Amino acid sequence: MNETSFPSLNILVVGIGGQGVMTAAEVLAQVAIDHGYDAKKSEIAGMAQRGGVVTSHVRIGRLVHSPVISPGTADALLAFEIAEAVRWRDQVRADGKIVVNTQQLIPPVVSGGLFSYPENPLAILMSCKAEVYPIDAEAISHELQNRKLINTIMLGAISDHLPFPASAIEEKIVERFQIRKPQLADLNRKAFAAGRHHANTMAKR
Amino acid sequence: MNMTINAQKAGSRLLLSGNEAIARAVWESSVRVCSGYPGTPATEILECLAFYPDLYSEWSVNEKVALEVAFGATMTGARAFCAMKHVGLNVASDPLMTITLTGVIGGLVIAVADDVGMSSSQNEQDSRYWGRFAHLPVIEPYDSQSAYNCIKSAFELSERFETPVLLRLTTRVCHVKSLVTIGLRQEKDNPGFKLNSSRWVMVPNNARRRVPLQFERDRKLKEFSENSDLNSVEIGKDKSIGFITSGPAYLHLKEIAPDASILRLGLSHPLPIEKIKDFSKHVERLVIVEETEPLIEAELRAEGLSVLGKDFLPRFGELTPDILKKSINQILEKNAAEPKISSVTGTDVFPRPPTLCAACPHLGIYQALSAMRNKVIIMGDIGCYTLGAGHPWNALDSCISMGASMGMALGIDKARGKSDTKKAILAVIGDSTFLHMGIQGLLNIVYNQGNITILILDNRTTGMTGGQNHPGTGRNAHGEEAPRVDFAQLTAALGVKKDRIKVVDSYNLPFLFQIIRDEIRISEPSVIITNRPCTLIEQFERLLPHQVLEDKCTGCGNCIDIGCPAITVREHAQEEIDGEMFDLTFAAIDSNACTGCKMCVSICGSEAITPIVEMARNPL
Repeated sequence: MNETSFPSLNILVVGIGGQGVMTAAEVLAQVAIDHGYDAKKSEIAGMAQRGGVVTSHVRIGRLVHSPVISPGTADALLAFEIAEAVRWRDQVRADGKIVVNTQQLIPPVVSGGLFSYPENPLAILMSCKAEVYPIDAEAISHELQNRKLINTIMLGAISDHLPFPASAIEEKIVERFQIRKPQLADLNRKAFAAGRHHANTMAKR
Repeated sequence: MNMTINAQKAGSRLLLSGNEAIARAVWESSVRVCSGYPGTPATEILECLAFYPDLYSEWSVNEKVALEVAFGATMTGARAFCAMKHVGLNVASDPLMTITLTGVIGGLVIAVADDVGMSSSQNEQDSRYWGRFAHLPVIEPYDSQSAYNCIKSAFELSERFETPVLLRLTTRVCHVKSLVTIGLRQEKDNPGFKLNSSRWVMVPNNARRRVPLQFERDRKLKEFSENSDLNSVEIGKDKSIGFITSGPAYLHLKEIAPDASILRLGLSHPLPIEKIKDFSKHVERLVIVEETEPLIEAELRAEGLSVLGKDFLPRFGELTPDILKKSINQILEKNAAEPKISSVTGTDVFPRPPTLCAACPHLGIYQALSAMRNKVIIMGDIGCYTLGAGHPWNALDSCISMGASMGMALGIDKARGKSDTKKAILAVIGDSTFLHMGIQGLLNIVYNQGNITILILDNRTTGMTGGQNHPGTGRNAHGEEAPRVDFAQLTAALGVKKDRIKVVDSYNLPFLFQIIRDEIRISEPSVIITNRPCTLIEQFERLLPHQVLEDKCTGCGNCIDIGCPAITVREHAQEEIDGEMFDLTFAAIDSNACTGCKMCVSICGSEAITPIVEMARNPL
């Protein structure tokens, strides 16, 4: 075993409480482990299940020491909401990737007029040096008539940018559903495929 | 949380959080009794333990009781374990300071989780101080495998020296998942309680005889620490700095300095002074990397060692790799290369603070309190309802410690200054917090005849930590039926007059407002108990979502003032009435978030909010 057969990878997963950020991060870490990697996944949620910001650091490699991704060293940012992608974009290295759900979730402090939402968040992301993959996961979940599919769609979107096959991620998601909610396994396969397809057909704009 | 870890075979390698790994190791160590009170980041340890067979586990009403339950179990020779967050050990400190004198027979491990970085706490205190204060050994794991191993070492140490052991955790141990190889459960007898009044009855005469034994134990523990493999030395290629560290800071250090020489303290109190002196001979200088206070640093300085530490490193928050790198470069007078980051422009993004849920029963309370803001002083407590201090309510004036709202409200009442004389004083507390430490405060208000209105927000769960049971839920730690406290009867028994106790529906806003307004006018203790369940528990019933009929909405903004995240602003406008300009806010409801609680309906004057009868069926 050497560093080349086990490249290290830092994935920062961000979103809002309730979107499934933690689950997505766990799937990534699990698949890495199944492929012989070491992995650490941090889940500092704080009070985030009350509509706050959620971040999870996933670090994989031959041997991972610190569970923390240092600022500016994320290889990939997987953002479940576009303003969150803007918030965390400085964490991404210059040759990194940003896979982002273009959905806008407006918090009460914004709708109440205390703060404003970035005017053109996608343009801000596009000005980054990283490759940007914008996905309208909300539209896809709407088509599939289930709002809880966002994390599966986003995992599909990032699945071709990881050091293991996309099918391994898909199977891990399905495996989790087969234990708890088998009736949703096929729907999640569709969501995964749709996320993957959208990410692959959209070059960096 | 993985609830099936207990079913996994010995030898399996699993991705576990520190909390999950601890629970497994506790079970494998044949612990008989486990207790705790929910508190981030320690909550999941007890939650996991509740799924294990062969042991008794409970949510205790508070950490003091939890520690007493665990200690009592050890008197029979059984092993016991309790878990709490850092501030919980403050509550448990009374028994702690005496059980260190008696010592234990069966092993006792107290896991105390420090919220380094304060992701979900009111302070950031360093629990390692308790080891010094209470003469107890302190063990510090750094990841899940280490936490698992440390539990086993801690029980051995506890029984060998007949002492309670503190397992000091931090958020980065509790809430990081990493690989753990699990093992077999070891069976252990418990011989039963034996009378020994000179040991268990800590009257002064007996206690005085235990003090020298405690010092003797300190001496033996120090000797043990010198030779223990919990404290490990790695002499690396780089000997310019010898790092002395403990907890997850060790991993951050390994990340930035893989070739460094490191002495990692797994048993960080008592310190292995001779081992440290020996280590210092192999390196050019010593740097102490510890979260958060300079304890090791101060003790080593007192031993006459020349060390660097908090002169360069921050005294609060995590010592993450980037922070460590900067500080170490400063020590070595090196310039660090900044990482090449992706973004080129700076844009500040709005904050996204946590907020109350759609249909949260606390919303009604804060809508009412916010409407009487100028006339009330509101002492707050610890729970989801602390969020009432934030936007848009700004209707909570304090948050200090569990149950503090009661005592503080009485203090303000008795001290009333000029600006307070005409104000009503309220205390707001949740069900779990009230049972944890609020009962005595209320008793004190009644006994000392305070002019306070107490709001007990009974949402039938411990909400902020994710919905744990307590004596007010009618369920125990395993979800099984248990006797349920009747809050109205309890407060009556404390001496609150029966007609000053009101149980109210917090969704009926006009009625709620009227009750609060009436009660604050009466100059004796009154208690208002709300009875709607938390929206995140199974008792909560989702009903048809509602909508705002645009042609009927007058833009009064009443519904928006509730602060329900399902109610959003559709449009701002201004209208002139009799030459005066008025701001209008027209509302909309997010039908995906709305649960049909009708709180907004109860204060909509124009009947503009109605249920959506025809809706697309959602598969979930």
